[in-house]
Amino acid sequence: MPVIDQNGQAVWRRRTTGQSMVRWFGWLLGVAVFLWCWNYISEATTWFFVWDAPRIADDIFGRATPPRWSYIDKLWGPIWDTLNIATLGTIFALFMAIPVAFLAARNTTPSALFIRPIALLIIVGTRSINSLIWALLLIAIIGPGVFAGVVAISIRSIGFCAKLLYEAIEEINVIQVEAITATGASRWQVMAYGIMPQIMPALAGIAVFRWDINIRESTVLGLVGAGGIGLQLSSSLNTLAWPQVSLILLVILLAVVISEWVSAKVRGAII
Amino acid sequence: MLKLEQLTMTYKTGDQALKSVTLEVPAGQVLALIGPSGAGKSTLIRCVNRLVNPTSGKVFLGDVELTALKPSGLRRERRRMGMIFQEYALVERLTVMENVLSGRLGYVGFWRSFLRKFPQSDVDEAFRLLDRVGLLHMADKRADELSGGQRQRVGIARALIQDPALLLVDEPTASLDPKTSRQIMRLICELCEERDLAAIINIHDVALAQMFVTRVVGLTAGAIAFDGTPEELTPDVLTTIYGEEDWAETIEEVDEDDEDGDGA
Repeated sequence: MPVIDQNGQAVWRRRTTGQSMVRWFGWLLGVAVFLWCWNYISEATTWFFVWDAPRIADDIFGRATPPRWSYIDKLWGPIWDTLNIATLGTIFALFMAIPVAFLAARNTTPSALFIRPIALLIIVGTRSINSLIWALLLIAIIGPGVFAGVVAISIRSIGFCAKLLYEAIEEINVIQVEAITATGASRWQVMAYGIMPQIMPALAGIAVFRWDINIRESTVLGLVGAGGIGLQLSSSLNTLAWPQVSLILLVILLAVVISEWVSAKVRGAII
Repeated sequence: MLKLEQLTMTYKTGDQALKSVTLEVPAGQVLALIGPSGAGKSTLIRCVNRLVNPTSGKVFLGDVELTALKPSGLRRERRRMGMIFQEYALVERLTVMENVLSGRLGYVGFWRSFLRKFPQSDVDEAFRLLDRVGLLHMADKRADELSGGQRQRVGIARALIQDPALLLVDEPTASLDPKTSRQIMRLICELCEERDLAAIINIHDVALAQMFVTRVVGLTAGAIAFDGTPEELTPDVLTTIYGEEDWAETIEEVDEDDEDGDGA
């Protein structure tokens, strides 16, 4: 920014001397804070356990291998539940997220003053609470089982989907909407012809992306009793059945890899 | 047929886009609206079909006062005004056919349009119009696969399928090459003549306007600065509309240019 005149020659530098000094001092301060934190954490750590960690990890790994392959017979049901929780949860979430997104987007909201804040509150509220916590709450309300898991996943996903979708709605080309409006189309027709075609790619991408995330989230819901493979995981951990734990982890890994592959294919096909 | 009475539009930012414009367009007349960027040309035609609501003044289409209409009445009257846009404004991810048929949305109920079950008469008319603008073979293509000139033809077909009495045309040629521009202008003017449509065409290209229209209105800073025939556009007049510049060549072009024989 500064142009400095040196013997009639205009010299350009990125920062003035003062700005450079401020930055240098900022870095110094940052390093000092880092070192102080390091020291504090070090004092609060029982280093014996840390030095012992590799041996313990090696011990657990030894007990967990080889996985108990025969246990797979008992996992087909739970993994199917897990897939269902993720898929149904995502579908329900989309049904609820689409109206919320239209109410939240600045260019489609009926009232920026009253309704938009409510829609934004729904988005923030559902997004800020982890699905595991939603599951805990819902188990207390509707009892344990797959249904609680589906509801937990779908509530958690509303905010995520609605937020991405309303950003897509705000970025649409308004001229296309204007053109449909100018034909004498009704409000709903403008939505169906002017807005929906423009946000379909975003909607499809969001749906698959969220489904992918939900498969991962639904694998742990069983830990609190909301159905799915997490239930087997938690009981195996509690009984220290390490060969079963390792098999469950392998199955989860496989499911996640497959879901990533499917969502990558679908997204590639849409965009 | 179309009558503007002391139409005034002031944007929220305080910019006065139109200052008490009074204008009358008889049935079947094609009128070119020229003027510098920001003179209020786009605002004027958007005030007519109320994509923008004017601050004061009245607009009459026939006997109907458009400026006094409630939403349902406005939708009914919008069907009588076809609009053509500078950037074509086609819905990019819909097919050519769907884009043309979207001109019938004002006549068809929501579910019929949502399920794409338009009346056969509308579909027939869509095919007839696509044939007329030379795009029958493109009916099933997606709009974003078309070239600029082709898109504008689809835009024209969409406006005409409304069966309008008036065309509002906003810079139809600003994104097109010179030859395509001329073809599009010719097509619009021919169609207006065939169907006895009135039209307001916003246009930057003065020479092109002179070539095709019978009346030119010049807008400067939201007020009418000129209203007359294309022949009356002298360098002096252009100076009052646009400001000082050497206008000789802009106007000379008119005499040189003749049909290039390439039918639209």
